[in-house]
Amino acid sequence: MSELSKEKLLEAYRMMRTIRDFEERVHDEFAKGGIPGFVHLYAGEEASATGICMHLTDQDRIVSTHRGHGHCIAKGVDVIGMMAEIYGKQTGTCHGKGGSMHIADLDKGMLGANGIVGGGPPLICGVGLTHKMRGTDGVGIAFFGDGASNQGTTLESMNLATVWNLPCIFVVENNGYAEATSSEWAVSCDNYADRAAGFGMPGTTVDGHDFFAVYETAGEAIARARAGGGPSLVEVKLNRYFGHFEGDAQTYRRADEVKQLREEKDCLKIFRKRVVDANLLEHSDLDKIDEEVAALIDEAVQQAEAASPPAVEELLTHVYVNY
Amino acid sequence: MARKITYQQAINEALDQEMTRDESVIVMGEDVVGGSGGHGEMDAWGGVLGLTKGLYAKHGNRIMDTPITESGYIGAAVGAATCGMRPVAELMFIDFMGVCLDQIYNQAAKFRYMFGGKAKTPVVIRAMYGAGFSAAAQHSQALYSIFTHIPGLKVVLPSSPYDAKGLLIQAIRDDDPVIFLEHKVLYTLEGEVPEEPYTVPFGEANVVREGDDVTIVAFGRMVLHATGVADKLAKEGIKCEVIDPRTTSPLDDESILESIENTGRLVVVDESNPRCSMASDIAELAVTRAFEHLKAPVKTVTAPHTPVPFAKSLEDAYIPSPEKIEAAIRSIA
Repeated sequence: MSELSKEKLLEAYRMMRTIRDFEERVHDEFAKGGIPGFVHLYAGEEASATGICMHLTDQDRIVSTHRGHGHCIAKGVDVIGMMAEIYGKQTGTCHGKGGSMHIADLDKGMLGANGIVGGGPPLICGVGLTHKMRGTDGVGIAFFGDGASNQGTTLESMNLATVWNLPCIFVVENNGYAEATSSEWAVSCDNYADRAAGFGMPGTTVDGHDFFAVYETAGEAIARARAGGGPSLVEVKLNRYFGHFEGDAQTYRRADEVKQLREEKDCLKIFRKRVVDANLLEHSDLDKIDEEVAALIDEAVQQAEAASPPAVEELLTHVYVNY
Repeated sequence: MARKITYQQAINEALDQEMTRDESVIVMGEDVVGGSGGHGEMDAWGGVLGLTKGLYAKHGNRIMDTPITESGYIGAAVGAATCGMRPVAELMFIDFMGVCLDQIYNQAAKFRYMFGGKAKTPVVIRAMYGAGFSAAAQHSQALYSIFTHIPGLKVVLPSSPYDAKGLLIQAIRDDDPVIFLEHKVLYTLEGEVPEEPYTVPFGEANVVREGDDVTIVAFGRMVLHATGVADKLAKEGIKCEVIDPRTTSPLDDESILESIENTGRLVVVDESNPRCSMASDIAELAVTRAFEHLKAPVKTVTAPHTPVPFAKSLEDAYIPSPEKIEAAIRSIA
């Protein structure tokens, strides 16, 4: 904790707060009917994306999941553009052609949320291969959930990354549920990180409510990959507050489960207590960020609502580079 | 006289020349080097049929073996393409597409559109296709129409050594994902091929033979069957125009329509199964856009709606034969 400068601590808090407020607001606006399509929210999991992406630069690439807004924000994708994308507007990150499940910004090293469970890990092997062949110290990070953790694509990718000795980190965000099905039932081992041994790579399980634990564990894996030491598996155990998708009543969860998690396992509250108790930051520093983020999200929603949808001619553009 | 090499050699030469020209061109696939990690020769095989033989000696680690892990390495090729590499991934037999199709049709094909035009995915996926070797149901299919259906993919079917080289170089230089399909029976076919690199553009049909009586649109190996039949019928005064579209996506519909407008008669020859096929696609083109020019019903010659059989007697009956093509032409000529 002490190795992080005050500036970095503020950055981490701002990132997590931005993700939380973005998701809470999308939840509210979706319920009001302003947002079309399928939306999967990341609230509760902020410490994972933040603790990992704080180590990355634009040359490092990530692939994400259905639940990708948090990864986008942590990777530096513009929040105003993201909100417009989720609203299906021309000013969106992908001009309204991708939506929540396909937000990408390659300039920021964000290779896309993904609508296919397990779609991302093979792609990250290509990212790692490119860095290796070009001799850079860049890395690729595959975020995936406990649902994708059992997909063949994920298991194949971990094997390939070891065989080719790629600078890739496989991050399974185990939030306890693949859609409605418990990971305790669907994942065949107690700790997913145990599977790392079968692929000849280091594996670590980390508490995903603790930003500092994630930051430290990810830092080791990323440094190893940058130095040519090959891939790693990191299991982040965490929880989501909202359903698999917006509209999911979550009746597969204990009635008070989310309420208890919000009270006891909120990564933002835990972070605030840690840094204030250690006299690293003041409550007022963090309160100020809260206010600024709230204003940013308000602005994002206002701009998204006011923006124009893509013109009908856009239906036929961007299918090919040349055809 | 120009140099003659085989279809297989033409593909090897295209890969070699493009790897030499552009450092970002890399080749990967199962046994494309063909000996990684063993105790014998590193490049013992050079591809399951020796097609990539010699590339390792010249280009070293830019050609790489993969484990048998189609989703893994096809996805890796797609991911690397988004980073600016130009990977050529060999999916040995097109029948294996079922193992890794998601990476092709949901990822590679859709990135540019989903991401609002901000992605380029210049990946080439090479695979052999087609019946004729008693390779049976899981190693003999002609699945090009499945890829042709998917927006975002380009689909290439060379029918000669000349086209194989020029179309593959075009595929590698192209900025979109390309499915490059090689008919396994054609690998030993010889033809004139220039030594220097050249490209054959996509979406430009090759009018293999000109004629005013009947238009024959044929794909891949079927171009050879169609040309043979056209030669035979020419001696009787039936003049067939044989069109090889070369690429099914993009499709040179204008050349096909122009020919139909001239002949008024159309036969489509397609080695695939008949439903939702290139045969039905070209027939649809004729009846929706050239109906007023048609003097006879459109005829299609295809495989039946069955898997590809193993026994030679059955496989011979499965593949569209010159006899069936001739009968179709005679029925409307």
